[in-house]
Amino acid sequence: MSEEHYLELCENPVQFEHASSVNNVFFDEANKQVFAVRSGGATGVVVKGPDDKSSVAFRMDDKGEVKCIKFSIGNKILAVQRTLKSVDFINFIPDYPHTEFTQECKTKNASVLGFCWTNWNEIVFITDQGIEFYQVFPDKRSLKLLKSQSINVNWYQYCPETTVILLSTTVQGNVLQPFAFRNGTMCKMSKFEIELPVVPKPAKLSLSERDIAMATMEGACKKTHVLKLNTTGKFALNIVDNLVVVHHQSTQTSLIFDIKLKEPDSAVNMHQPVLPARSIHPYRIPLAGPAVVPSQPPVPCQLYSSSWSVFQPDIIISASEGYLWYLQVKLPPAVILLQDKGKLMDFLLRRRDCKMVILSVCSQSTSVCLLGLPVVATVFDKLNQVYKEYLEAEQTYTAVSLLNKRPVRTQAVIDQSDMYTHVLSSFTERKGVSHKFIIAVLMEYIRSLNQFQITVQHYLYELVIKTLVQHNLFYMLHQFLQYHVLSDSKPLACLLLSLESTYPPAHQLSLDMLKRLSTANDEIVEVLLSKQQVLGALRFIRSVGGHDNVSSRKFLDAARQTGDQMLFYTVFRSFQQRNQRLRGSPSFNPGEHCEEHVVHFKQLFGDQALMKPSTV
Amino acid sequence: MLMISPRMASGMQEKQYTPSLLNFFIYNPTFGPREGEEEKKILFYHPSDVEKNEKIRNVGLCEAIVQFTRTFCPTKPAKSLHTQKNRQFFFEPEDNFWIVMVVRNPMIEKPNKDGKPPTVEYQEEEILDTVYGAVVRECYSMYKLFNGTFGRAMEAGGVELLIQKLEKFFYRYLQTLHLQSCDLLDVFGGISFFPLDKMTYLKIQSFVNRVEESLSLIKYTAFLYNDQLIWSGLEQDDMRILYKYLTTSLFPRHSEPELAGRDSPLRPEVAGNLLHYGRFLTGPTNLKDPEAKFRFPKIFVSTEDGYEELHLIVYKAMSAAACFMISASVELTRDFCEQLDGLVGPQLTLLASDICEQFTVNRRISGPEKEPQFKFIYFNHMNLAEKSTIHMRKTASVCLTSVHPDLMKILGDINCDFARVDEDEEIIVKAMTDYWVVGKKSDQRELYVILNQKNANLIEVNEEVKRLCATQFNNIFFLD
Repeated sequence: MSEEHYLELCENPVQFEHASSVNNVFFDEANKQVFAVRSGGATGVVVKGPDDKSSVAFRMDDKGEVKCIKFSIGNKILAVQRTLKSVDFINFIPDYPHTEFTQECKTKNASVLGFCWTNWNEIVFITDQGIEFYQVFPDKRSLKLLKSQSINVNWYQYCPETTVILLSTTVQGNVLQPFAFRNGTMCKMSKFEIELPVVPKPAKLSLSERDIAMATMEGACKKTHVLKLNTTGKFALNIVDNLVVVHHQSTQTSLIFDIKLKEPDSAVNMHQPVLPARSIHPYRIPLAGPAVVPSQPPVPCQLYSSSWSVFQPDIIISASEGYLWYLQVKLPPAVILLQDKGKLMDFLLRRRDCKMVILSVCSQSTSVCLLGLPVVATVFDKLNQVYKEYLEAEQTYTAVSLLNKRPVRTQAVIDQSDMYTHVLSSFTERKGVSHKFIIAVLMEYIRSLNQFQITVQHYLYELVIKTLVQHNLFYMLHQFLQYHVLSDSKPLACLLLSLESTYPPAHQLSLDMLKRLSTANDEIVEVLLSKQQVLGALRFIRSVGGHDNVSSRKFLDAARQTGDQMLFYTVFRSFQQRNQRLRGSPSFNPGEHCEEHVVHFKQLFGDQALMKPSTV
Repeated sequence: MLMISPRMASGMQEKQYTPSLLNFFIYNPTFGPREGEEEKKILFYHPSDVEKNEKIRNVGLCEAIVQFTRTFCPTKPAKSLHTQKNRQFFFEPEDNFWIVMVVRNPMIEKPNKDGKPPTVEYQEEEILDTVYGAVVRECYSMYKLFNGTFGRAMEAGGVELLIQKLEKFFYRYLQTLHLQSCDLLDVFGGISFFPLDKMTYLKIQSFVNRVEESLSLIKYTAFLYNDQLIWSGLEQDDMRILYKYLTTSLFPRHSEPELAGRDSPLRPEVAGNLLHYGRFLTGPTNLKDPEAKFRFPKIFVSTEDGYEELHLIVYKAMSAAACFMISASVELTRDFCEQLDGLVGPQLTLLASDICEQFTVNRRISGPEKEPQFKFIYFNHMNLAEKSTIHMRKTASVCLTSVHPDLMKILGDINCDFARVDEDEEIIVKAMTDYWVVGKKSDQRELYVILNQKNANLIEVNEEVKRLCATQFNNIFFLD
């Protein structure tokens, strides 16, 4: 069971003093900071952020109960709301006056619901009657109203990544009005309505801020993705690794949705949970503090507790225990829970840390023959689809650099070397797997690469050849080469040459390949000479027009080695003729080092057999 | 080397007789070593109505010749005996088992005036040892493909069984021998491969692997298209003879009714929601027939330590044929055949149309086929690949060539010359009929070209062949 928990709380939570009668805890979603305010700040405010840099501790005067407290971006200015009418500010910029200053909301009789920093010095007040957009001048300890908008507001939500504030308007609260803020400007976006399952009569507020979560996700997020929860009750949302996580308190389980995962047989935007509902992985709180004996075992933490607050994108806070966790998705359980390997691949390929999990799935699906070739083929095709897209992007980038951003190589890009190293090479060595299946898998991978028009690397061919040779399947190899399934290359031709002693036809296959390469004429000559086919080599080099440049010594050496005197004569005379044609004299240049052959020739056939310089 | 071929036969009133089969017999001298027991040596004799003593005499003669010639070269006994009227071919496929084929030489009957009986002129030199020697060897290979070795029958049921098997097999097989149309291609016994692009080839690989995986009974698979081989899971020598059987016997038998249009098999079957054109060429003709028998021909193929017996299932969809081979120890059931039909039928249909499409695309790219100035036969000993533009499509009954038999004879002669030496060679022949015949041998490859350019000289012919090699064989290493 425990390996089925696909969600977990991070191991290093942010720890803070838990909420109590003397300690109020606040969370700022924009800066991801937790504020622990003791006695209204008089005995200290401890701010803990995601990293140590954003953690601060300070004191401030107790001027009444704090309702809301947030730093501007970069911890420059602290804003504190203590009343319904106004917000107080404290400078945290060195050398600026530290005395608090106050801004009352401009709208008469309005109460401030809260505020959001949209920049280091820009702030938005949200009141029940509208919004007010201010610029803060910390040096002058004053604010200037940039813009305001009257609108009835029930509640609001803020998305710091996009600096968009979403306001709930109308009596039922289901008409949502977003505003975007950027560099001192405010932009009203088109409003939208959330369909209510039941329209209450008389009308009353039916949609609360708990029902809405705003988050940024990779890619265009269309308006009408519908998540099928198949259950009722209180839900909370997180976004982790581009997955929507839905926590369900009453069943103490969570579901994940991948809105990019296409459901084959449902309306386009209907989504079923990717995996069956499971609870978050059990978590133990290490007991800390001065009084604790180190050996004391950690206490299990109550998951889905009612004191939990969930914030975007991936934050869970337990104020009563004083912890802030980041929620994480573990991929290995998905491998167990998701039977459809094609779907599993689609799911994994979109996750951040997917590479090793995918590779382990590959080695599993190949070693466990039970899954069958069609599944293996699907898996390969999905990997190569992503691989190909990356290669293409890379190619366009190199073609028109400067213009584009260099494509990011995500973990989902699994190339041939990954497959070779982590999956295929060990797979071919595995005992107990039929060689038929091993070859079928290798061929399937090569087929898939070819289908996506990806150039197959030489080491894959080498692996195929090695495996075939190991099982004496030379005729199979021959047929593959005959249909050019193993693409031509010099290394491959050399590999074939080395097989000649065990499989003589490899010689012919190798020569054919060298011939097709058309850049390997020297190699062909070498092969022929090594086989003592001196005349053949000579005819070949002549046919490709390389006769004038070859080393005569090499040919004469080979001809002499055959012990065939007539052959030696023929080759010798042929080079004399070449010399005559090129230099007007049949004699060899000293640089050609043919002296011993000249001597040998004279010994065999006499001086008079040497070609005489022509007198013409 | 330049040769002039013999004068071609002409004469309007003459009657020409092609070579024909006189006798075909199989004997083992160790079975009747004593006098009076000679008949026991004879295991098979064609024609069967020959008088017993004549059989014994003929067998005895062969035995004597083989024995006699052995004294000159113990390792290479006589292979053939040339006489004026006929030629005998000897072949010892297994120890002490001899197959002898007697072929009557072709002859010309010249009518005589004055009512005298016509003069018969035997053309002793017109037939080639290599061609008919190959025919005899093929007879044995074909027997072995379907029955295993002679030794196997002996072990299983003694001489009686062997005689029975020989009788059963050769009675039919000899009727399909067409000695008049045997030529160089019989010497090669090659395989025609279907040209295919890499991707389609890989798809076929994938198909074969998947079928073998889901129907794990299948041990070997071969894949053919248009009677040409694409993939063989069998070893080369077994494939060679199976290919021969498929292309000269099984496929023609099934394509003739197709061409004739009767009993049209092109009615698609429905498997699931997929239409397919798959059907069994061996085994049940109609799966739905409750009386259908699920018996398939059995074949014997070699293994590392002997041979194994296999069921041969040949399944065809449109022009694509797949041969599945399953150990004969397994009994094949209706269930299995239905499963195979359901799995292979749709996929094979799809593949067949893929290949067909690919094929037509390639043809369009290479342009319309002009009637070339030359015809050729190519053979590669390494992979047994053969290609001939001389031969028409083979049918069950005849194998047609588009050139005169005399030219074919020249090709055969050149081939004999090549066989004598190991080195690469080239032979150019000017035939009396203005044709040029060129033979080239490079490493393990042989190429024979017939050029119809009567005014060409030797140099021009040489150039023409070079051009041919550059266009037709540019992707292989072929010395010129």
